[in-house]
Amino acid sequence: MALRTLYEKIWETHVVHEEPGQPSLIYIDRHLVHEGTSPQAFSGLKVAGRRVRRPELTFAVMDHSVSTKDRLLPVADPDAASQFEALARNCQEHGINLFDMHSRNQGIVHVIGPELGITLPGATIVCGDSHTSTHGALGALAFGIGTSEVEHVLATQCLSQFKSKTLKIDMPGKRPRGVTAKDMILAIIGKIGIGGGNGHVAEYTGEAVRNLSMEGRMTMCNMSIEAGARAGMVAPDETTFAYVEGRPFAPQGKDFQIAIDYWRSLATDPGAPYDTTVVLRADDLAPMVTWGTNPGMVTQVTDRVPDPSSFQDPVDRKAAENALAYMALEPGTPIVDIPLDRVFIGSCTNSRLEDLRAAARVAAGKRVSKSLKQALVVPGSRVVKAQAEKEGLDKVFRDAGFEWRDAGCSMCIGMNDDVLLSGERSASTSNRNFEGRQGKGGRTHLVSPVMAAAAAIEGHFVDIRNWSSADGTE
Amino acid sequence: MRPFTAHRGVVAPLDRVNVDTDQMVPKQFLKLLTREGYGRILFYDWRYLPGEQPNPDFVLNRPRYKDASILLARANFGCGSSREHAPWAIRDYGFRAILAPSYADIFYNNCFKNGILPVTVRNDQIDELFKRSEANQGYSVTVDLEQQMVTDDAGLNYSFTIDPFRRDCLLKGLDDIGLTLVHEAEIAAFEKKNLRIPSLHSALDVQYHHE
Repeated sequence: MALRTLYEKIWETHVVHEEPGQPSLIYIDRHLVHEGTSPQAFSGLKVAGRRVRRPELTFAVMDHSVSTKDRLLPVADPDAASQFEALARNCQEHGINLFDMHSRNQGIVHVIGPELGITLPGATIVCGDSHTSTHGALGALAFGIGTSEVEHVLATQCLSQFKSKTLKIDMPGKRPRGVTAKDMILAIIGKIGIGGGNGHVAEYTGEAVRNLSMEGRMTMCNMSIEAGARAGMVAPDETTFAYVEGRPFAPQGKDFQIAIDYWRSLATDPGAPYDTTVVLRADDLAPMVTWGTNPGMVTQVTDRVPDPSSFQDPVDRKAAENALAYMALEPGTPIVDIPLDRVFIGSCTNSRLEDLRAAARVAAGKRVSKSLKQALVVPGSRVVKAQAEKEGLDKVFRDAGFEWRDAGCSMCIGMNDDVLLSGERSASTSNRNFEGRQGKGGRTHLVSPVMAAAAAIEGHFVDIRNWSSADGTE
Repeated sequence: MRPFTAHRGVVAPLDRVNVDTDQMVPKQFLKLLTREGYGRILFYDWRYLPGEQPNPDFVLNRPRYKDASILLARANFGCGSSREHAPWAIRDYGFRAILAPSYADIFYNNCFKNGILPVTVRNDQIDELFKRSEANQGYSVTVDLEQQMVTDDAGLNYSFTIDPFRRDCLLKGLDDIGLTLVHEAEIAAFEKKNLRIPSLHSALDVQYHHE
């Protein structure tokens, strides 16, 4: 039998219909829905007189536009309010499970999926959100779709898809102290470029990936889309099974044992060919900081802002010039000399318990720099928030001068009250540093949670490896 | 969906690489409940100065590109967020086709759902198109999906490749959901066969049976 990759195995078990020269019809096991990209899909269903085919496989949550402050207050933004109302009404009409803004399970869609056991190895998972790639960390095939496709999945529980090419991203070696999953994926994006994974589904392999916790793997898979790969995956292993066991929507008891046997069989067959392979040794990595207006414009914390004239390709040179003009940075400036206005710790990339614990170890007993306007910590879900509070992390952050908020997308996307003002500069643990992403005219630098926490204390970037004894890594 | 067979129109050159969908439709416009009316918003932060005054430096605000209906772009066009608001805005603004060396996957898909033809054109040919559109006021090309050709009045003649299935759907303006529902019996059979696989479905089935 032909040797197959993890992606190919999951793909093949989900094909409902295929014909040469046509996209395959694949079955979708889990459809996640949020308020931002679903209203038009439900309207489309209504116009066509269609119903949701499998409401029990569809899960909705409010995350993008929710306030991270007091939820008991009325929603101040009328457009956001009408989105919330539309989602609640649509879920009720179609019998869809909804975690609304008051649910104790509410949170960012890509945090709650794995956390509640909705995300399972071997499953196909879609959501009208590009960071759906996150769920691939559990060995699922998960990717973002547009609103027309959301409507398609609601109506048919299937998606018409062309098979992607396979991309192996191999990270041998051990990640050095102070280097996190975030730095690993930023280094990958820096190496292959933000279009480097276009047309591919990525699978992360190698010792450094195996040694990551489930949460670290989610951080890596989350930013697969920032490398252009629609999905990112890690083969399920003991770390995965231990994570999934006992979660509310996961198989229980005997079913769980049967499931594990199946999940074990999903790993890529030794020697199975990939269309493209990239190797990056983890031993040589350093904490990473973005300097430009896309995640591929990234460098090590010990480096300087590059000179656009150092780029050979005229298109890249112009892009670098545009980026530095927008970011108001001079070529040659040491990264550690860049002063900050706000720090944001949160988002579907880095808002899980492990991220908050690591940032709290850095912040413990210290004070946020007076030069900062704000330092925000936004848990990815209310479950994360509750656990963090049980461990006293909220107190650590508050004592250090950070704001401790309720769960949501917050300043990653700025569709809520948490935004950068024009000209302000942030260190952010989120995933996109595009122009205006965190607020019109805002300037974003992407970093890991420990780098963000240390930057908040100092008011500028520091190299976490030699900043203090608290390096935030285990 | 509106079919696309061939279209002739003025070319607007957007000379930037890696244009992300956040630039096409910034986040503050993602709270609308409709698929229409996004044309005014397209490239909002580049297109307008404070007070929604047109920014004279932005290419689409130059009078010569006022009636443009073909967008010329650089590599990895449409990267980032999956927001379909981006192609909705492109369509609503009046663009029917895009010419670029490469596209991000989700955006590329989304274009086809909205009757927009994203043509993949070789890098050197893209450079030539930029040269011609900047040199000649009112520079127009014809994008012919049936013939798979981009042509102009000065002898430019580029053939392009496109997946035959996508081409067919766009030429006929086919409804995706309708196409899928033809396979209803197969979907139902798949569901029946997989309903009790514990690794995937039983947890949810059990959950709901208990309610």
